[in-house]
Amino acid sequence: MAKRSNEPFLWSLFSAGGMIAALVVPVLLFLFGVAFPLGWIEAPGYGSLLALAAHPLARLAVFAICSLSLFHGAHRFRFTLYDGLQIKHLNELIAIFCYGGAVIGTALAGYILWDI
Amino acid sequence: MKQPPAYTLYHPKWYRKRVSTWWWTEQWRSFKFILRELSSLAVIYFVALLLWLLWSLGRGPDKYLEFQAWMKDPLVIAFNLIALLFVLYHSITWFNLAPKAMPIRVDGKRLPEWMVAAPNYAAWVVISAVIAWLILGGK
Repeated sequence: MAKRSNEPFLWSLFSAGGMIAALVVPVLLFLFGVAFPLGWIEAPGYGSLLALAAHPLARLAVFAICSLSLFHGAHRFRFTLYDGLQIKHLNELIAIFCYGGAVIGTALAGYILWDI
Repeated sequence: MKQPPAYTLYHPKWYRKRVSTWWWTEQWRSFKFILRELSSLAVIYFVALLLWLLWSLGRGPDKYLEFQAWMKDPLVIAFNLIALLFVLYHSITWFNLAPKAMPIRVDGKRLPEWMVAAPNYAAWVVISAVIAWLILGGK
């Protein structure tokens, strides 16, 4: 029997994460990373931002955003190393490093969101 | 190749030139490909930033202020701007890829690419607006 490949499953995570990241990351990074620090837009106060972040639906959405974006990033970065640096012989090591990082990041996101 | 190669028991070793590690700097196309692939680092960086923000929120107002103070560092802002360019590049290339990856046919004819990509851009605008509205407190 031929060995079943994990590649389609990993690719589906990559693809879902790529879509979700493309849709939500630019606006969030613009607001929190550029517009609020530079004072272009007034940053939300602690209370209102906490209320938003603590909402169950927001936590669920943020968890999905974090986890899928991480798997997207891990998959893409894996092939950046693979193609860009031509280190195909380190394939297993790179895969463990990349997806392992995404798994750890997902667990961390779950913990942080649970703990708000 | 005009003639099929004669059968050999052992495959002859191919002559392959070692491709330079810097192959992607030789052509603008491949350079753009690597830039697109490197957007993955910007996405990962963003997730780290978002988790840091949420962690700060969970730890109280002081930590949130600390987070905001960190974000005001000019170096961090510069870094965020570069990351923002990369994630924008990711979004644009991603949306433009959809019609190539999933061509939609109507009456056996492929819809023009912009018609498949346009809903992606529309969703992008709407979702970005909703997120901004939620964060800015519905003002």
